[in-house]
Amino acid sequence: MKTSRLKNYGKINRNNVLSFTWDNKKYKGFEGDTLASALLANNIGVVGRSFKYHRPRGIFSSGVEESGALVTVGSKDRRDPNVRATTQELYDGLKASGQNAFPNVNFDLAGINNYLGRFFASGFYYKTFMGIPPFEWGKGTAIWMFFEKFIRKAAGMGSASTLPDPDSYEHAHDFCDVIIVGSGPSGIAAAIEAAEKKLDVILVEQDSIIGGDQLSENEFDSSHIENQIKNLGIKVMTRTTAFGLYDNCVVGLLERVTDHLSLPDKTLPRQRFWTIRAKHIIVGAGAIERHIAFNNNDIPGVMTVNASKHYLNRYGVLTGKKIVITTNNDSVYETAELLSEAGANVTVLDSRTNFEIETNKTFEIRRGYVPYNINGSKKIDSLDISKSENINKYETINCDQVLLSGGWSPAVHLLSHRGVKPKWDYENACFLPSDTKENITMIGSSRGLWNKNDCIASGVAGATDALNRLGISKTNYFFPKPGGWKNPIKPLYEVKYNKSRSKSFVDYQHDVTSDDVRLAHREGFISVEHLKRYTTLGMANDQGKMGNIIGLSLMADLLNKEIPEVGTTVFRPPYTPVSIGALSGRNVGKHFRPLRVTPIHQWNTDHGAKMIEVGLYQRPWYYPKENETLSDSYIREATTVRKTVGICDVTSLGKIAIQGPDSSEFLNRIYSNGFSKLQVGKARYGIMLRDDGIVMDDGTSWRLAENEYFMTTSTGEAAKVMSWLEELLQTRWTNLNVNVTSVSEQWAGVSVAGPKSREVLNNCVDDSSVITNNNLLFMGVASTFLKGKIPCRIARISFSGELAFEVYVKSDFANTMMDLLWENAKKYDGCLYGLEALGALRVEKGHVTAAELDGRVTIDDAGLSKMASTKKSYIGSAMRKRGVLKNNDREILVGFFPANLKETFNAGTIVCEKNNIKGQGIGRITSVTYSPELRHWIGIGFVKGGLDKWKDTTLVGADPVRNKQTNLKVVSPHMIDPKGERMYA
Amino acid sequence: MIRINCPYCGERDHSEFSYGGDATIKYPSLDSSEKEWTKAIFFRKNIKGFQLETWHHTNGCRMWLEIERSTVTHEIRSVKPCHPDLKKVVENNK
Repeated sequence: MKTSRLKNYGKINRNNVLSFTWDNKKYKGFEGDTLASALLANNIGVVGRSFKYHRPRGIFSSGVEESGALVTVGSKDRRDPNVRATTQELYDGLKASGQNAFPNVNFDLAGINNYLGRFFASGFYYKTFMGIPPFEWGKGTAIWMFFEKFIRKAAGMGSASTLPDPDSYEHAHDFCDVIIVGSGPSGIAAAIEAAEKKLDVILVEQDSIIGGDQLSENEFDSSHIENQIKNLGIKVMTRTTAFGLYDNCVVGLLERVTDHLSLPDKTLPRQRFWTIRAKHIIVGAGAIERHIAFNNNDIPGVMTVNASKHYLNRYGVLTGKKIVITTNNDSVYETAELLSEAGANVTVLDSRTNFEIETNKTFEIRRGYVPYNINGSKKIDSLDISKSENINKYETINCDQVLLSGGWSPAVHLLSHRGVKPKWDYENACFLPSDTKENITMIGSSRGLWNKNDCIASGVAGATDALNRLGISKTNYFFPKPGGWKNPIKPLYEVKYNKSRSKSFVDYQHDVTSDDVRLAHREGFISVEHLKRYTTLGMANDQGKMGNIIGLSLMADLLNKEIPEVGTTVFRPPYTPVSIGALSGRNVGKHFRPLRVTPIHQWNTDHGAKMIEVGLYQRPWYYPKENETLSDSYIREATTVRKTVGICDVTSLGKIAIQGPDSSEFLNRIYSNGFSKLQVGKARYGIMLRDDGIVMDDGTSWRLAENEYFMTTSTGEAAKVMSWLEELLQTRWTNLNVNVTSVSEQWAGVSVAGPKSREVLNNCVDDSSVITNNNLLFMGVASTFLKGKIPCRIARISFSGELAFEVYVKSDFANTMMDLLWENAKKYDGCLYGLEALGALRVEKGHVTAAELDGRVTIDDAGLSKMASTKKSYIGSAMRKRGVLKNNDREILVGFFPANLKETFNAGTIVCEKNNIKGQGIGRITSVTYSPELRHWIGIGFVKGGLDKWKDTTLVGADPVRNKQTNLKVVSPHMIDPKGERMYA
Repeated sequence: MIRINCPYCGERDHSEFSYGGDATIKYPSLDSSEKEWTKAIFFRKNIKGFQLETWHHTNGCRMWLEIERSTVTHEIRSVKPCHPDLKKVVENNK
């Protein structure tokens, strides 16, 4: 193939010369080039190596259907593999290289695979790894595991960068009346018609400029048209692919913002992921020209006919000197004229014999001829041709390019996303879009119209259809009939090669040959879905845009059926590949999910807190002094709480205001324990069950007034509990007069715990008589003031087992409260304590948290049977008694000590009986800590039968992940102060 | 993407909502038997076509809505508040 740039052709800007490198060599192109057109202009024929056989591949097309010119663009952290050279715009400094080859695409050592093809037939993996017959030699052995690595390396295409992506991406949203996909003649006509009827229109084009197939017309001026339609108020989005259609007229689009720039503005995202909600969708996505399967139909220099027209008139590149066009339809003759006018020697082989065509007679037409075999390896030397009625080598024509047109496939992909199956049209030998009830209209050649005037008419009709369906007009309209060629197409999918072992490619992408399709048929994979998976026909980047129909027709032929009887596989989004970066947008790193901080956050970090994530919240983990480690720190903190006093930020707990005359009744129904008799000024610990009798969450509710409660929930379940309460009030108990409001963000809370906690608070409250032992009993609640007239709520609640108070103020006063409390706690040698110490304190007391209440545990399992009222019914009260929850072998909450107190063990350990260490054992350990009070490691968890069954037996804690075993003693979970004397102090 | 026309907020993406469940279930009274509760919470129909279901406008007005939606096409026929009193208010305002 000898390709060259012509002087008087193309829409490229020859005043702006761009330099780029291909496989480390420098070349030049022009503004307006794609990488593919620039490579062709530089006479570079081999641009890739095929997937399986490593055959040299060239440029097959000029668009998104490309499966040959897949290259790697960029380097280091911006290395992007499998980029279609045909859609990559050229920019100054672009670095591209061939892939799937060593050392390079021109000379590839793995090219030997081409001669080993018989070993790499379809189903190669499945068969090989089943072992070699007759004795399945090597099945499942290390040998195959060893070889797998090399096979995987040999297959595959380019390799992605393993470095973090340096670019940013963003998500964007928009609305419109009508979105039009594709800016060909039909799309532009539809846009103008809709805009003139005052609709809000977005026109989407995947190319860099609008025009669609008109860009292959010499006289077409894209920017002129773009200005015209922008003046009508149409929003034009170029470099934007509508990759999927979704429910309710929602379109997913990918905009490539900087992929065409050599020095992008750093403030711009690389790509933008658009979600556009339209009222109507018009699809004018065009049609894709098919190739023809025959032997060696993949030698560089093979291209679709329409692509060569685009290269000529858009990029000014003549793709060959001596060109053979092979066709079965009328669409190629205009191109044949153009190419011969441009100086190429053109011969057209038309598989049809009886047809009439008007041409300028500058080229030879050979009627009734088909291509049979290409001679050459890295370039075309000659083409063997055959008579179409008697397939055999007839004659050899010298040529440097073979252009193929096996017919056209309308791009019905987007409609297929909506579950609308295309219907086969015998007359035009293609799938046409079916009608849909949804507000989607297909126009132009994507509904099988081959003439420009028909396309324009269909655009106007499509816009009218949209107006009618939106109820804006009631105008009659009609779509032109599919087709439009003077002579009918004569189906031609494959020219069979008479010698054995042909390389007649159906799908270039994955090296699927016609023999592979026949093999699949022989082995019983005759459904199209099986055919696809067995041969990988229609998979990977191009998703079978060129080859699918050929594969289907071969299968239909083998089954003696028609194509519609064989069916077609379902197209799914995306239409063209979408980068993971665009999908994640800005939700990366610290923006991966929302981050919640308490109003005390800054205060905490200022006072040395190390933070940890709990749910979405950042909570203080521990407050190390000087060189303290985590364990030094939490042991000191927990010890200080037990000895004097500690302060802990508990703001992340969920807080819900419950108000209204039926509040008591409401709480009485949702909590398992009684609430109706709770006095004003008292709080109560409560457990909520789910409908099915399993524990949902625990927390406290404080009765502030006759009809007002303040509820706290666990940090993790706060949102769920809030939704649950709203559901009950709005759907089930709609006659209850109760209002629930989330006040989690409005209140800041701390726990002040330890024997000195009352003394600390005495110095902080306005009126210390409020919190004396007599005035504020255990579980008592007071609404009072901190010094400085700061309103606060204080409840005598203990999670640590010590005398303790929870103090809440409005979030704005959080820092003032902390300063006040901390100043006074220091006087008693108090400390700030974090979640790690909090955990140690509660494990010592056997208090359960989310680690224990994991959605599998009943109130009895958690050892909280006393919390289940027998005097009333509540959510879950009937279901908690069902048989399966009452089995004797349920796992019950217990405490664990290591049998040898010097040993340690971990949460997640499986509890087993000695000599029976297997499976799920008889229990599990959920929380473990060093106990500063007991001075050894302790844990809580669950074991079948509970304490009574195992208190005198040594069990084994098996920790296979850490390869560890520890002998365990089962103890009561209440390891410290079981009577709670400290709390009542 | 399913778009839900919330009677309070207008048409919004389904990502603002959380799916609840079958809206036709009559939950038994709290003192009902285990058998009745079992029926209500475990025995569900797997409807092909339109079904009545609850959705919570979690990231919006936080109202629980009763939605008639096709499980085949996602087409939504009606969106109403679950609470009967609110249902009346919305209907009267139409």
